[in-house]
Amino acid sequence: MQQLVNTALGGLTLGAVYAAFALALVLIFRSTRIVNFAQAPMAMVTTFIALTLIDAGYSYWIGFAAALLSGLVLGAVIERVIIRPVEDKPEINAVILTLGLFITLHALAAVIFGNRFRSFPAPFGLRGLEVGGTTIRLTTSGIFTIAAVATVMVLLLLLFRYTDVGLRMRASAYNPEVARLLGVRVGRMLTLGWALAAVVGSLSGLLIASGGLVHPGYMDSIVVYGFVAAVLGGLESPVGAVVGGLTLGLSLSFVSGYLGSELVALAALLILMLVLTLKPGGLFAVASARRV
Amino acid sequence: MKARLLAPVAGLLTATMVLAGCGAGGDRESDSGGEGGGASDVGVTEDTVTVGGHFPLTGVAAPGYSEIPTGAQAYFDYVNAAGGINGRQIEYIVKDDGYNPTNTSQVTNELVLQDEIFAMVGGLGTPTHSAVVDFLNSEGVPDLFVSSGSLQWGDDVESKPYTFGWQPDYEIEGKIIGQYIAENMPKAKVGLFLQDDDFGEDGEKGVRQYLDKQIVGVERYTSGNTDVGPQVAGLQAKGADLVIAFNTPSYTALTQLTSLALGYEPTWFYSNVGSDPQLVGSLLNRFSEGAVEGDNSSLNDVLTTEYIPGVDATDDPWVQLWQEVWDQEGEGGELTNYRIYGMSQAYAFVQALAAAGEDLTRDGLVEAVESFEDVTGPQLAPFRYSADSHMGISGMRVVELQGGKAEELTPVLVSDIGDAPIEEDSSDQASDAPPEGGIPDGS
Amino acid sequence: MNRFLDVWRHSVLGRHLLTALIGLAVVVVVLESVGDFRALQLAAMAYLGIAAGGLTVLTGINGQISLGHGALMAFGAYTTALLLDDPTSSMPISLVVLASTAVALLVGTAVGVAAARLHGPYLAGATLALAIAVPGIALYFGSFLGGEQGLRVSLPDVPVWALDLEYLLTGTEMSRSQYVAYLGWITLIVTFVLLANLARGRVGRRWRAVRDDEVSAELAGIQLGRARISAFMVSAAAAGAAGSVLAITARLAAPSGFTIVLSLTLLTAVVLGGLGYLSGALIGAGLLTFLPPFVTRIGGDAGLSDIRAAELAPLVYGLVMVLVILLAPAGLVGTTRMSLAGRRARRQMAAAGAAGATTGSPGTTAPHDSSDEHDPGTPQASGSTTPKGSTR
Repeated sequence: MQQLVNTALGGLTLGAVYAAFALALVLIFRSTRIVNFAQAPMAMVTTFIALTLIDAGYSYWIGFAAALLSGLVLGAVIERVIIRPVEDKPEINAVILTLGLFITLHALAAVIFGNRFRSFPAPFGLRGLEVGGTTIRLTTSGIFTIAAVATVMVLLLLLFRYTDVGLRMRASAYNPEVARLLGVRVGRMLTLGWALAAVVGSLSGLLIASGGLVHPGYMDSIVVYGFVAAVLGGLESPVGAVVGGLTLGLSLSFVSGYLGSELVALAALLILMLVLTLKPGGLFAVASARRV
Repeated sequence: MKARLLAPVAGLLTATMVLAGCGAGGDRESDSGGEGGGASDVGVTEDTVTVGGHFPLTGVAAPGYSEIPTGAQAYFDYVNAAGGINGRQIEYIVKDDGYNPTNTSQVTNELVLQDEIFAMVGGLGTPTHSAVVDFLNSEGVPDLFVSSGSLQWGDDVESKPYTFGWQPDYEIEGKIIGQYIAENMPKAKVGLFLQDDDFGEDGEKGVRQYLDKQIVGVERYTSGNTDVGPQVAGLQAKGADLVIAFNTPSYTALTQLTSLALGYEPTWFYSNVGSDPQLVGSLLNRFSEGAVEGDNSSLNDVLTTEYIPGVDATDDPWVQLWQEVWDQEGEGGELTNYRIYGMSQAYAFVQALAAAGEDLTRDGLVEAVESFEDVTGPQLAPFRYSADSHMGISGMRVVELQGGKAEELTPVLVSDIGDAPIEEDSSDQASDAPPEGGIPDGS
Repeated sequence: MNRFLDVWRHSVLGRHLLTALIGLAVVVVVLESVGDFRALQLAAMAYLGIAAGGLTVLTGINGQISLGHGALMAFGAYTTALLLDDPTSSMPISLVVLASTAVALLVGTAVGVAAARLHGPYLAGATLALAIAVPGIALYFGSFLGGEQGLRVSLPDVPVWALDLEYLLTGTEMSRSQYVAYLGWITLIVTFVLLANLARGRVGRRWRAVRDDEVSAELAGIQLGRARISAFMVSAAAAGAAGSVLAITARLAAPSGFTIVLSLTLLTAVVLGGLGYLSGALIGAGLLTFLPPFVTRIGGDAGLSDIRAAELAPLVYGLVMVLVILLAPAGLVGTTRMSLAGRRARRQMAAAGAAGATTGSPGTTAPHDSSDEHDPGTPQASGSTTPKGSTR
């Protein structure tokens, strides 16, 4: 029983991490219709910036803030300099571009920060909480992760649904020509989308790193699962990303615990195929305005 | 104007292949003539000897492992600065394979066929090196001191006459761990946490020789899968109060973190591969940093094994030599256990070169290593090399990590694969010291 | 001579076969003049080229993206390893390659059926999951497929007829490396002839129609699903053949050889060379085979430490990927063709004098006017700027 509960709780915490990453993907996808494969190394770079500050003696939260801030800048710069030229080109260009960025950032980080393991501090306790005499696999850090993800999700929902900026961002993404005619500064909206997404991405990097080891490739395994989570949710909806992340985290945790750890990736594929077969646009697909 | 889909292909073919062919014509000219030449062999000149190795310098396996060749390079530089061996400077070529066997195969081709190395030294990894071991043996390239504890490097001399293991194989490590626990903690309920490959398998085989009845649960993880929660929870559910873990260093961190979250406090016994005291030490420090209140006693009694002195043993004469070498020739950064590993291997190779004598041949080098009895060296237990076995170091001792330092729990124990008994080492190998000047001579 | 020109002009198949013959002659000349190392490097280029050729048909001509082609290569490689598990095996090597192709074809059919319904990022996600899932199969069936260590491939002896032929032609013995390289390049030539014929024929027209405009294609009576699946099958078969050559070249089939990195490498090769061009796939494969060691060597010579020099290769090829997309999105072949066509168009215009204003603007729409209806229209080379989102 305890094992069952712990496997579930572990899956939820892990799912929250996937969800954080998926949220960043959704944000970029909604604002530029691009899937950003370079999300992981971008987050890795900002996590390293935080670690450098923390190791230099600053507090965890200063490092945390610096990571988010540098994420904001990095996202904006990358959009302006690298992504802008392909925004009106077929999507494969952007896919390849972000993959190229992935490789480049990876190599740069290895050169600058060194390719070795470094431990990363956690903001809160890493010990499981006690409930009725038994420890359950829910730590203060884990609660922080879940709370952070929920907050980001709600903020994004509010942003897209109720704010003027959110509306303009959506308009710029869906139909830049019309948006421009309506007086939206499309370029600025796209930059903003990338910048915000990079902040969310940096957050996911910090959450994943907390209490563990970081190295230039530490985010790599998240890329695939975070992406699968986002696709499960339909790539469009913040709620979908979170539901996708949690579903994936839970299912994979049970597969790993009761069937075998080598089947995890296979299970991810099966879940994805199952969902996409039933709903080719993901669980939370916005009524598709495709075709014609 | 009609278009041709394939025509440019042909043009291109010509261009790329001609380009590729440039400068390649003379590749093999000096190669096959070496046999029986006596005075010298491929990769050997009057004043140089060229060797190479494949390591993951990029990619996910690079952290840690990529430091090994920097240690070896520093020691070779140190030897070269002192005039080399038999008047020959050692040229050491390191190739990156990213821990991908397909790449290993390519870079080994490059090392052997293009760079014409005399010997492979310290090629790293089980799946990677097994991709090239047959090739190296069919080409007659000495394949010394593979950086992996798999049995296959040493247990079949007939089919792999040129390949030698170096570190103690995972099976004898398992045996020594198993016996220690059977003798000292006969009541412990033992759980096994294993990497799902030959590393975990060989280790389990050894452990089970002594502990079969005490084992209450076995969990395997797949490398690359960073969530070990279900596995650790599984061991917890089975009630294991001592976990023997055959895993890589990043999984040491993950298991510690997970068991902390689960409130699971068994005694952890990590195999040597996963237990770099520096790394574990830095983790423990992080865990105890403000955020985690209360006791963290469970993290202090981590057990592991040791077969060469590590960077924490600052009084050890070998570690003092490595520090001197690193200060003098190192490329920056601090001395780490990975670098010491590389230096210790390089030391054994220099020893083999010296023993092989002035007339350096590949077969001569192999013979020299096969008669490596009682050589001095950093290894705590003697090598097992002979004409019948190419297995490496014969044993290790059990240690406990306290504050990032290893405290001895047993004397050096030696054994061999199969049902060979475990004995206390009588050769006194552990207490030897490096020769004056830090460079081995021919004997 | 007349007949020759006739064949060239009128028969697609004949033209491809002639080109293949010329290619074969080049291969023979080159392989006879290089050493063992270059031969094996060229074999590596061959398997990358074969797989990239298949991928360029799928992505460039049919418009489906696949981030999981490395996984399809794994099926070919493991089939080869299982068939060549002992050196005395008497199975002819050509049959081994064919069997590997067939297995990948079967798997590709299944994947294609599932993928046919997916679009853009959803397809990318599914194939990405495929790329990381497949290595797990080898671990799950560890006792049969060798687990993490994989399966060794023992190449049978070079057949006597090949040795004889080599001796007859050059008077030298054929080394194993040469044999492997010949095997790779002959497989490549055969694959490319087949791919080129398919792409030029009816099937290819359907693939392009589906890529360019689904609705019109459907109106024209093309079954979208069937066209997509067939493209996936063809592409998977090529990946299977490539996997087989890879296993023979690397002497091993192991899960760590088929990570996501391989799939991305293939995609890079296709894009660098120019999406939709078989010659581009070959150039891309050549670049990825020869560039990294070259860059690393330069870094090493410039005094960088081994680790930094090793990071230089991914750094350079990451940057090259970014720069190619930014500066020459049609890839090397596409860009060269466009500028050649552009120049030709200008020349024609000049020749036609003031009256020749009908060819349109030469610089931008070049690939469409003077060359042909079949290949370039590569998605990103097309000058048409469809607004984002309007196609979805």
